[in-house]
Amino acid sequence: MMVTLVNSIFGPNGALSLAHALSGALVLVSFMMLYQDRLSAVINVLALHSAVLGLAVAWQAWIQAEPQLYITAVIALGFKAMIIPLALHRIVRRLNIHREVEAAVGIGLTMLAGMGLVALSLVVMLHTAAHSAVLAREDVALALATILLGMLMMIARRNAVSQIAGFMSLENGLILAAAGAEGMPLVVEISVTFSIVIAFIVIGVFLFRIRERFDTIDSTALDAFRGELQ
Amino acid sequence: MMNVATGAVDATIAIPVVSATILAMVSHWRLAARLNVFVSLATLADISLLLLSRPASNGLFLVDDLNIVFLLLNGFVGFTTSIFSAGYIAYELETGNLTPRYLRFYHAMYQSMMAGMNLALITNNLGLMWFGIELATLATVMMVGIYRTHAAVEAAWKYLILASVGIALALFGTILVYLAAEPALGAGMGAMQWTNLLHNARLLDPAMLNVAFIFLLIGYGTKAGLVPMHAWLPDAHAEGPTPISAVLSGLLLNVAIYVILRFKVLLAHSSVISEPNVLMIGTGMVTLLFAAIMLYRRRDIKRMFAYSSVEHMGIIAFAFGVGGTLGNVAGLLQMMMHSLTKSAIFFTVGHVAQAKGTQKIADIRGLTSSHPLLGWMLVVGVVAIAGLPPFGIFTSEFLLITSTFAHAPILAVVLGLGILLAFGALIGRMTTLCFGTPSPGSHPVRASKTPILLHFGIVLFGGMALPVFLYDWFAHVALLLG
Repeated sequence: MMVTLVNSIFGPNGALSLAHALSGALVLVSFMMLYQDRLSAVINVLALHSAVLGLAVAWQAWIQAEPQLYITAVIALGFKAMIIPLALHRIVRRLNIHREVEAAVGIGLTMLAGMGLVALSLVVMLHTAAHSAVLAREDVALALATILLGMLMMIARRNAVSQIAGFMSLENGLILAAAGAEGMPLVVEISVTFSIVIAFIVIGVFLFRIRERFDTIDSTALDAFRGELQ
Repeated sequence: MMNVATGAVDATIAIPVVSATILAMVSHWRLAARLNVFVSLATLADISLLLLSRPASNGLFLVDDLNIVFLLLNGFVGFTTSIFSAGYIAYELETGNLTPRYLRFYHAMYQSMMAGMNLALITNNLGLMWFGIELATLATVMMVGIYRTHAAVEAAWKYLILASVGIALALFGTILVYLAAEPALGAGMGAMQWTNLLHNARLLDPAMLNVAFIFLLIGYGTKAGLVPMHAWLPDAHAEGPTPISAVLSGLLLNVAIYVILRFKVLLAHSSVISEPNVLMIGTGMVTLLFAAIMLYRRRDIKRMFAYSSVEHMGIIAFAFGVGGTLGNVAGLLQMMMHSLTKSAIFFTVGHVAQAKGTQKIADIRGLTSSHPLLGWMLVVGVVAIAGLPPFGIFTSEFLLITSTFAHAPILAVVLGLGILLAFGALIGRMTTLCFGTPSPGSHPVRASKTPILLHFGIVLFGGMALPVFLYDWFAHVALLLG
């Protein structure tokens, strides 16, 4: 029993199925992020998202025998799954924005759009990547789904913190794609660069107390900011 | 001689990086501003060395006919902007808009941005290209927000978020290019080297390349300000310090287009059939028309010229989409002339805004009477950017319209309509800004005329007598672009 289980995971096809399961889990967690209605819940889901990414990348490091990918996995598990969520929780407390996530698009509609995006990315990528290795093909398709869901999160939610969550899940999708592309160079450097960008964004929100995305329904207020009002 | 050349290649990045570190520590602003001018000149001199002896490409760097033009332009405009910047910040310090503490940061960011752009231009590695754009973007984000006003922070935030998404999509496109190459070229650095990819372009998976190009066009197109991903551009230009508006419009947009061109060359030499051209024509057309219409409603002078940059990026994307020798030559010429003209316009506008104490178009009238030199320079700039003879942009737009007319007359009509719309808006605004009774409330400013006159001089020369060798050069590059 134990032997067959170990074989099914570590055997040639098992390696694929666990990699696919982790990539699929990432897409699922992206969906979970879309229907949260409290900011602290969004942040917790983000931590989970990054943790799943960390596991997926570590698994890729193992099956591709690419030890440097473990660095990327550690960045995901340590920086993105722990430090950033803690900082975001702090921002939510400091700025006192526990209130509900303000949705620019309703949750039902967002979920529906999300399903459409996942279907789109599977159709496009599985079709175009027909000649690639199986591992890369499915991985890229699921990664694209994660990226598009992250973009959807950024568009559909108004609050700056949920936008950061959207961007980070988008970036997690990218790292998944990069790690899944066999032997792709510079993956570690890329993940470090993105961590710097994220740190930038988080520090910016904290320093300038950015609570919301700046576009409001009240366009006169917007025009006044821009000096477009006479 | 070979060693000198490879040294010069390394120095295009090393000089700005080292000087950024030094400038971050120089607290005396006047010294820092001079140092900034000096190192910018050193970078320009270093890039000029590459003209004399060109090193062979290796895994990291590549100097060819395509990027040497943009490197030179980068060095030149970076240098003239540093001269303008020195005068500009002196005034900003006097009025208390900036403090010396921020200037240390400002100069360090200026050189980091130059390093990022030079890296993106000179590297042979698709990953480093992406990194260069990313570095330049982060540096400009920090500079856009430097005034710390509500509007400046808003602009910087918007720029950061949109540019990050754009850059993320560009990276996804890069990963897809790698995946298209990896089965044929094997895993590792080789599948990310541009020269290697070009050499084996026929072996790359065409379907994958096609999808990759869509992501690259959207991603880097965000940085180039192509509609509908342009939303950050007007805000960033209007709210940041004017020297930054000048380099954003003059250089960073060009670098983004250049990166798109690199990928376009790959597609042109692979077995993909002409789809990137359709995409570029479509995006360019939409961008041109949208920006031309938006030009009419502007009330802020820097925002207006920012939309004019969007318009020109549309024309450039369109030109490379049309392709062929004439289309590509028109695109390259337009990039060069727009870069020189627009940065000179921003120099002028920066002085005008300081002289009038406002950026609102309604509060600036009759500049030719109150500030004759600035007023007339603005007239020249608008005439040049609107595409009137005898300036260089007229030449490139004329080339483009005639070559489009030969292939697709209807497209040429739409193109002409867009250019005319923009022309009307710009000339209309120019008359109220520069002529009539001057508006009250103005201070004298010490304008640094030399950079402005130098830029207009080159643009005028390019329009009156485009040197044959330059045309031959562009035609040669145009062949590469396919």
